[in-house]
Amino acid sequence: MSGTFVGMPAFPEAAHEAVNNPTLRANLRHATHTIRAKRAVAVSELDDWAALREAGKQIKDHTLRHLDRYLVQLEESVTAAGGVVHWAADADEANRIVVELVRATGESEVVKVKSMATQEIGLNEALEAAGIHAYETDLAELIVQLGKDRPSHILVPAIHRNRGEIRDIFTREMSEWGRPAPEGLTDTPAELAEAARLHLREKFLRAKVGVSGANFMVAETGTMMVVESEGNGRMCLTLPETLISVVGIEKTVPTWRDLEVFLQTLPRSSTAERMNPYTSMWTGTTDSDTADGPRTFHLVLIDNGRTDTLADEVGRQALRCIRCSACLNVCPVYERAGGHAYGSVYPGPIGAILSPQLRGTQSEIDASLPYASSLCGACYEVCPVAIDIPEVLVHLRERIAEGGPVTREGNKAVLKPAKGHAAERAAMRAARWAFGHPGALRTGQRLASRTRRFHPRTLPGPGRAWSDTRDLPAVPAEPFRDWWQRTQGGKDVPK
Amino acid sequence: MSSRELILGRVRRALADVPRDDTPYEQAVPRGYLREHGARSVAETVDLLAENLADYRALVHRCAAGELAATIAGLLAAHGSASVVVPAGLDETWLAATGVTRVPDRAEDTSAELDRVDSVVTGCALAIAETGTLVLDGGPDQGRRRITLVPDHHICVVRVPGQVVSSVPQALERLDPGRPLTWISGPSATSDIELDRVEGVHGPRTLEVVLVSGG
Repeated sequence: MSGTFVGMPAFPEAAHEAVNNPTLRANLRHATHTIRAKRAVAVSELDDWAALREAGKQIKDHTLRHLDRYLVQLEESVTAAGGVVHWAADADEANRIVVELVRATGESEVVKVKSMATQEIGLNEALEAAGIHAYETDLAELIVQLGKDRPSHILVPAIHRNRGEIRDIFTREMSEWGRPAPEGLTDTPAELAEAARLHLREKFLRAKVGVSGANFMVAETGTMMVVESEGNGRMCLTLPETLISVVGIEKTVPTWRDLEVFLQTLPRSSTAERMNPYTSMWTGTTDSDTADGPRTFHLVLIDNGRTDTLADEVGRQALRCIRCSACLNVCPVYERAGGHAYGSVYPGPIGAILSPQLRGTQSEIDASLPYASSLCGACYEVCPVAIDIPEVLVHLRERIAEGGPVTREGNKAVLKPAKGHAAERAAMRAARWAFGHPGALRTGQRLASRTRRFHPRTLPGPGRAWSDTRDLPAVPAEPFRDWWQRTQGGKDVPK
Repeated sequence: MSSRELILGRVRRALADVPRDDTPYEQAVPRGYLREHGARSVAETVDLLAENLADYRALVHRCAAGELAATIAGLLAAHGSASVVVPAGLDETWLAATGVTRVPDRAEDTSAELDRVDSVVTGCALAIAETGTLVLDGGPDQGRRRITLVPDHHICVVRVPGQVVSSVPQALERLDPGRPLTWISGPSATSDIELDRVEGVHGPRTLEVVLVSGG
């Protein structure tokens, strides 16, 4: 399996495979239910959760509405603190910039702290093509990288693997990358974590270049923040001489004080903890005489579809996302289909609205993602920045079925209705006509009632897939309007 | 056109629908949330810190200022440590009762040298009771970020109640964003394997916190 998502089948196909895999379903069910219950407890500790959620929403919305101003301010602050800011319009440009920066150090390997932005742009593959080895250091990312696999969850990327599978991957693959797994490695989590510690420590101690993302960037001060648990983030952010942070432009917040909101909502929503074990904040570079941390700091700001998303008045709220993954853990569709079926580094409900906006809806997988939901609304309920995911899903469905105005790479365009929705559109057109012609509707309904014995149980043609998994609604013996006329006729019914 | 201009131009066009007379930042964000959760006495806040630190598997010890040197010496001995990293500005009296080899925190030392040291003793900038968090800001009694990361055993001294705040908002207003900050809540941990929490992956596996009063 390749590390990229290119050429993924559409969601219904990928999900079909996943729901037939009992191990996967068991792993996912265990994980999502565990974390869901813990999160509810962590959130209930804060009486002002609703106010924090509202503040988080407003901070992000305000920032997005003035993003040009805050990005310029961020650039000034980072530069004043000794950092160098680069701008990348798309994935290729971001990868080119990072490859050049690493080459300039003369190094041929980098250590990485988990970063969704670098997964999104395929940085590891780009570095590999340039002869630079990128080592993922988050335990779950290491499992994914060694397993030549793809991440399937935002927070716990190896959620789809159980301990036995992880033991097998470590035993088989670690020696290919460095220090082999210890002899007789068992599948207890403590031993597996120890094997990862030993394997990675030799890489940390010799690394000259670190690559990271950031959870937040403060425009006012130029401060970057990374939250994590294992200490691999601290290793990557502290030990190397050069640090390259690749961050989406939407991660900006205006002021230092804003962190007080997200440092309360993010850990509780994601890992269900009062606070994650480690949070690192750094502002540019520190004085060379104290040498606390990297002496060179590069910030690569990436667009890669974010400004196109910003141009959509309904869809732009997806950019508020702080990548906590609470929406994945409550989603009945994610729980059964798993993260891989979404064909994106952003799986689950947030992925279903973010990926088709970042990448456009031209591909089959992206056109299918807004339908990968039951619209139950649980994702909106748990979102700590109140993204109305169902609203955006419906908005994107409409665009896919009906076409409409979009912005791609900064240019306005009009999207044609997607293929495969012809029957749906025809049905809607017919319904519109029928409701506008009451006589025809009445005749049609009566006809349907009289012929109900002859109706098929499944639909023919393109409707077949729909009726494969559902019973067609039964046509009543008498249309409602006839029944109404015959019985009450609109008169008040005595109680 | 540079990518900077390209991206900023795209942002401005994307926001064409946003009214120009938009609410200023100070009014745009409602700050109706609490500055701290619950009413507690100073002693109760310190108790909450101890409780939350322990809940995330830090080992918590309490002592009076006069007992600190003996407490630290006892912890180093109990851990079987032969060497300890010492930040340049650490109060000398803290280590007065131990005979273990002291390794000064020096910028020129390599990570590999640091990896061979058993323990580290530091102070902190402050501690947050509601979340059980220690905050280090690279002050003279805390040293560089790496010394509390590479050794496997970290002893952190918190002066109570002076260094204790209740909440995250109270912590941020006392911190300087220009300094390198590390927030520590319990020892290094992972839940990446079937969501079972395991202490100690890359950071110190043992975190001991000494709450010292009357100092």
